[in-house]
Amino acid sequence: MVKKLEKVNVVVVGSGWAGGIVSAEMAKAGHKVVLLERGKKQERSDYIGVKDELRYTNRYELMQNLSRETITSRVTMDETALPVRTRKEMMAGTDLGGGSVHWAGATYRWRAYDFEIRSKTIERYGKNKIPEGMTIQDWGITYDEMEPYYDRWEKTAGISGEPDPLGDKRSSDYPNPPMKESPALRLFKDTTKKMGYHPYQVASGNLSQAYTNPDGEAMNACMFCSYCTQYGCDFSAKSDPLATVIPTALKTNNCEIRTNSQVRRVLHSGGKATGVLYTDTRTGEEFEQPADIVVLAAFSFSNNRLLMLSEIGQQYDPKTRKGTIGRNFNAQTNITFQGARGYFEDKKFNLYMGAGALGAAMSDFAGDNFDHTDLDFINGGGIEIRQYGDAAIASNHVPDGTPKWGPEFKKNSIHYAYRNLRVWYTPAIMSWWFNYLDLDPTYKDEYGDPLLRVTFQYTDQDRNIAKFGIEKCTEIMKEMGADIIDPDSYPEQFDHVYDGGHYAGGVIMGADPATSAVNNYLQMWDMENLFVVGGSAFPQFAGHHPTATIGALGYRAAEGVEKYLKNAGPLVEAKHASLNA
Amino acid sequence: MTGPQQPETEQKGMSRRNFMKNTGLVAGGLVGGSLLGGLVTNQVKKPTTGNEASTENLLEARTFFSRSEDFEILSAAAERIFPKDDLGPGAIELGVPYFIDRQLSGEWGTNAKEYMRGPFPQNAEKANYEDKDRQQDEQGPNAETQVPAPTPRYQTPMTRAEIFTEGVRALEQTAQEKYDTNFRKLEASQQDEILQLFNEGKGKMNGVSSETFFNLLLQTTIEGTYADPVYGGNRNMEAWRMKEFPGPRMGYTDGIDKKDFIVMKPESLRSYQGH
Repeated sequence: MVKKLEKVNVVVVGSGWAGGIVSAEMAKAGHKVVLLERGKKQERSDYIGVKDELRYTNRYELMQNLSRETITSRVTMDETALPVRTRKEMMAGTDLGGGSVHWAGATYRWRAYDFEIRSKTIERYGKNKIPEGMTIQDWGITYDEMEPYYDRWEKTAGISGEPDPLGDKRSSDYPNPPMKESPALRLFKDTTKKMGYHPYQVASGNLSQAYTNPDGEAMNACMFCSYCTQYGCDFSAKSDPLATVIPTALKTNNCEIRTNSQVRRVLHSGGKATGVLYTDTRTGEEFEQPADIVVLAAFSFSNNRLLMLSEIGQQYDPKTRKGTIGRNFNAQTNITFQGARGYFEDKKFNLYMGAGALGAAMSDFAGDNFDHTDLDFINGGGIEIRQYGDAAIASNHVPDGTPKWGPEFKKNSIHYAYRNLRVWYTPAIMSWWFNYLDLDPTYKDEYGDPLLRVTFQYTDQDRNIAKFGIEKCTEIMKEMGADIIDPDSYPEQFDHVYDGGHYAGGVIMGADPATSAVNNYLQMWDMENLFVVGGSAFPQFAGHHPTATIGALGYRAAEGVEKYLKNAGPLVEAKHASLNA
Repeated sequence: MTGPQQPETEQKGMSRRNFMKNTGLVAGGLVGGSLLGGLVTNQVKKPTTGNEASTENLLEARTFFSRSEDFEILSAAAERIFPKDDLGPGAIELGVPYFIDRQLSGEWGTNAKEYMRGPFPQNAEKANYEDKDRQQDEQGPNAETQVPAPTPRYQTPMTRAEIFTEGVRALEQTAQEKYDTNFRKLEASQQDEILQLFNEGKGKMNGVSSETFFNLLLQTTIEGTYADPVYGGNRNMEAWRMKEFPGPRMGYTDGIDKKDFIVMKPESLRSYQGH
């Protein structure tokens, strides 16, 4: 028996950056908001004193409990997908604040090129540069239009950084200066500068100084304790929704947060969303939460699956290449973060110190910053060095050729524990007609609903760009003076490991309803009072980490929801010139 | 309290602090790694013995393995993976077998938070998904946080605890077949030979490939060596001392930009949480 609750203005599903921002903005504007989160309630005090590598890094304490639900995965359409069963292979965040609590903090704006990738690629290299079947497309919004939302999110989050010398125009500096520079970062910067490149400090959600954001939320300066990625912050020095938008939403008294609330359907009738159906995971009770506007702001997997289970929009079918829901799945995976590791006999770095986003980067081989005329791929990525701060289980890097176990492993792992650095490339991932999401025909969740199925394969584009990155990183490592250099090798094919959180697409943004599911306000073309916000909107993945773009999309969507509440109807006029490949 | 902690006091003779005072090298608690690192490492020998009634000793009991023989096989295998040598203690002395035993009786060993619904594919090709070898450096943005063990792709209805039970008995079976004696009684080189067989997926095992078991054994041995002592391994933080790892600290605001390597006396989660 479903219990029907009192109607509110906006119901938001998911409490990470995207859902937190929309909830805070709507609540600030005086609208009644209910925010539903499948995981448990938590607050910043939950993370005081829990610097436990085994529990968080190796046992994935902050990740979704897969006994209830996971995804299935395959490479090509003719295979049977298998479930991704362990948290080592499937790290999706859960609990209040979502995956945004365990993020590292690396902050990049995506490039003007990224938002108009199809037009700009054709403009510079001609139509034939884009291979048949590569379904990359323009976002229906430009960098200049996105800029104010990036700016806004950076201020909310207190991002600490300096401008990318090869980046696009900014309306203002980051609200905080970059973090301190460690000797490892200095070595990377000095070396790449000498090589004629343009290094800079990675902008971070780890704060370089105490800061109060425009909503009045205070955060502390990061102390480089190194328990950061996959952890909640012990000191409120890593910006996340628990430190910012969640308390901002709550203090308005207009937002009610319900945790342990697993949304299972978007309810709709006559082409309009009417609310959501959710289950209290502690009691099994089912509730209907009616609302004027429904905002799906869960992880991209959940956004896709909820639309499919609710039968909203047209499921993408790779055979006909028609339909939009599930189209253009794109992800940074095990082919993405490749480079070279160097071992230094006469240098010892304090690698047990660090922070999630403590790093240096260069954009000389990012986006279209370099000429691709004679290259066998398009787009690019950042080259990064990061000093996360490795605890003792993680710091077991040994030169190639060392056995994985036994006396020689022991000797080398101890000797090189603080004598190795890694430089990697973070290339963009392009979309293809055969990479998509749909519902699995066999495997079910705890309620008997089908799991989401991922079909994803690498192409020459991925392998060529990875090879290019490995070569560049190896050159840099050589110049940095490493005594032993182990260039990474890239995998030929996807290994079904979803451990980085960078999985996107399926409910993508665009100008044409034939090839996109949402318009540039994240409003569904097929259901005007349903907004779908987050990484699910990326038509393809740019060559940098995604969080800032999700934050910016959150503010863009909030503006759209506000507009819609004032004046219902489509917020953007559809363009029907199909750009589909 | 944000800066590096005071350097470790040596067990005998001159403390490092005094040494540095005497040599004029004190710099806000910093110790130059190249100069002193070797000295420090060399002087750390024996773990603090502790008194007999310490909790550590009371924790030395099996909570998962019901047969002591199984536990002894596990111990012998773990010791070969991380052996005692001049650098310091090995897996047994560090309590790693007890760490693994306790992990297997808990959430991880029982696969409590993993997707364990069927169907489980029956054909050989799919059953061997978990054999796919994956190097630590090829794992995406969190590659830095992974142990250097290949990650299996899990497609078996067996829990990790069941895999371990099968696995140690398969080691024993192999020892019996090859050498007509117990695995734990073999020479180190003979044990290595059998472990290498399992490492390569050539051991005889029910349910999963022997490589899957070996990878889990390798992973848990490294984890038990270096995890916080609260989990039963890394006894007296000896592995941290060996690796010059300081344990959980408030932070390193004063150390992060320093060029010299800083060695600190390790502290555990227990002290970090303020007990």
